[in-house]
Amino acid sequence: MAKKKADQPKSAADAASNPDLNRDLLHSMLLQRRFEERCAEAYALGKIGGFCHLYIGQEAVSTGTLSLLRPDDYVITTYRDHGQALARGITPRSVMAELFGRIDGCARGKGGSMHMFDKSLNFLGGHGIVGAHVPLATGVGFAIKYRGGDQVIICYMGESVVNTGAFHEALNMAGLWKLPVVYVIENNRYGMGTALERASAIHDIFERGASYNMPRAVCDGQDVFAVRQATQEAIDRARTDSLPTLLEVRTYRFMGHSMSDAVSGTYRPKSELDEYMKRDPIALLRAHMHENNEISDEDIQKMDEEIKAVCQDAWDFADKSPEPPLEALFEDVLVDTTSDATAEPVAAD
Amino acid sequence: MPVITYRDALNQALREEMQRDDRVFLMGEEVAVYQGAYKVSKGLLQEFGEMRVVDTPITELGFAGVGVGAAMVGLRPIIEFMTWNFAVLALDQVLNSASKLLYMSGGQYNVPIVFRGPNGAALQLSAQHSQAFESWLAYMPGVKVVTPGTPYDAKGLLKSAIRDDNPVCFLEGEMLYNTKGEVPEEEYLIPIGKADLKREGDACSIITNGKMALVAMQAADQLAKDGIHVDVVDLRTVRPMDVEAIKASVEKTNRAVVLEEGWELCGIGTQVVDYIQRDCFDYLDAPVIRVHQADVPMPYAKNLERAAKPDMAKTIAAVRKVMYLD
Repeated sequence: MAKKKADQPKSAADAASNPDLNRDLLHSMLLQRRFEERCAEAYALGKIGGFCHLYIGQEAVSTGTLSLLRPDDYVITTYRDHGQALARGITPRSVMAELFGRIDGCARGKGGSMHMFDKSLNFLGGHGIVGAHVPLATGVGFAIKYRGGDQVIICYMGESVVNTGAFHEALNMAGLWKLPVVYVIENNRYGMGTALERASAIHDIFERGASYNMPRAVCDGQDVFAVRQATQEAIDRARTDSLPTLLEVRTYRFMGHSMSDAVSGTYRPKSELDEYMKRDPIALLRAHMHENNEISDEDIQKMDEEIKAVCQDAWDFADKSPEPPLEALFEDVLVDTTSDATAEPVAAD
Repeated sequence: MPVITYRDALNQALREEMQRDDRVFLMGEEVAVYQGAYKVSKGLLQEFGEMRVVDTPITELGFAGVGVGAAMVGLRPIIEFMTWNFAVLALDQVLNSASKLLYMSGGQYNVPIVFRGPNGAALQLSAQHSQAFESWLAYMPGVKVVTPGTPYDAKGLLKSAIRDDNPVCFLEGEMLYNTKGEVPEEEYLIPIGKADLKREGDACSIITNGKMALVAMQAADQLAKDGIHVDVVDLRTVRPMDVEAIKASVEKTNRAVVLEEGWELCGIGTQVVDYIQRDCFDYLDAPVIRVHQADVPMPYAKNLERAAKPDMAKTIAAVRKVMYLD
């Protein structure tokens, strides 16, 4: 595989002074926000079923991290996956059609909200068993090293994952074998309704990396530049030195755990939510761009209108997309092929 | 034709497939430096190096998941469990990841992986090390479950499992590793999903799988001395199950005994009997009888263990019963 030169800024300082980039970051985050606002509406109308976990409030994490990946890198995540799916480049139409359970969805209507996949983007899915995808990410890291490539994988997880056995087992092997994996803990403070302090014996959870001899860091997850800076360091470490990183990104979920969970109430007071909402990642980036005269109110208004139109188009597309045909019920349980041993030769760079 | 052990047959299959395809690697506890807990991987580290024969920590859930992740992006892992008893810790990765990824992703991510290791009881290992897992594994769509009983079947089926583009659970037997049989020198593959008629007769069908195939053949040989000639249908694969082979035999003999290593409730035999009642109802001259492990955790004491396990005597008694001889 040819090595590609990453044409990304080396630090947050570079990023902060790059108006075009900042505009892209704002667009990416605002798209996720507006898209998920429509998801909540579609859920209330019964167009989206099952479990639906919104990402609103955490958009600086998906956008900040994924803005630094190459197309040949890999991404794997949890069931709260709409934001990362969009930030990686799965089209709003495809994600919405999946949410509506339609044939044009990115998993052909078989996965739904929790299981977005796109092989063409190396988007290895949203996974529904807490912690279970972390060993998969370690396996992708193993495969990269096995082939002698310089790709990396970013593995997202909530902070509650660090208490699972799968997390411990997977990070131990990544530390032991020095695999190019960036483990991103999106610490949004609550595993469903259980606060971090009620679930973990230590509260600076990036320090768990010490158990695995793993480089570790923590950053502000509401500041997209801080996310980018910390992620860039982790990616460099993985790409250049084949070393894993445990990166804790401190963020906050503005919505309930899922659609059946009130935004505030039993496990977190409204005052706490209000406090965190003052640090809305989109508002922070917008303010930064305003201060530096990178964007006008009119520009923002225009961008917002365009994005709203994109989301409406996604909705209309999903609504018109057919349900999967009944024959699809028994399709894709197994493939009927076998290896010919020459399909994909293993070659170091 | 050379006569070799079941262990060596598996070793040959691993070596040949690793020589054939650079994407194939073996991972598990003690597979490399120790040369395999049961020496199935003997010599492979020396031949293929430590990137392709990988010792893991004791971390079944973790390394099973590592295999699934590697398979998603194009490698072809063989994950060895020291026994399937320990693989219970990894069942989440088999059930929730490997078996479902193709379906949940709408056909995008197939998982070409083999999970293999010894299954079922050996001798006096007591309750936690003496369990047959084929019915647990065969229950789920999205995997294949293979249980070879002879060296010939072991080699041909393992090679097919490694080449299969789906997850395959491959169940060996501790008590089988030293058994011997003819294995050709030239390359061969055995298709997954095809039963093998290991003895032919007309009096009754013994339908079985895994190491019970040996018990069934011993019973058949013994019964033949009394002039009772039975079919032994070795399913070899329990998912998918060769229903046609079951039907063909039962329609010929009109009687069936279903022999399996595991427990009674929801066992492999439950499914075999269902196929028989559904497809062969009008052919039956007697109710089908099942032979299986007693419905208890495996005891340690020799006499109790013997009493708990299915064996030749119990199989012969079952055949005689469905023939109304006793």
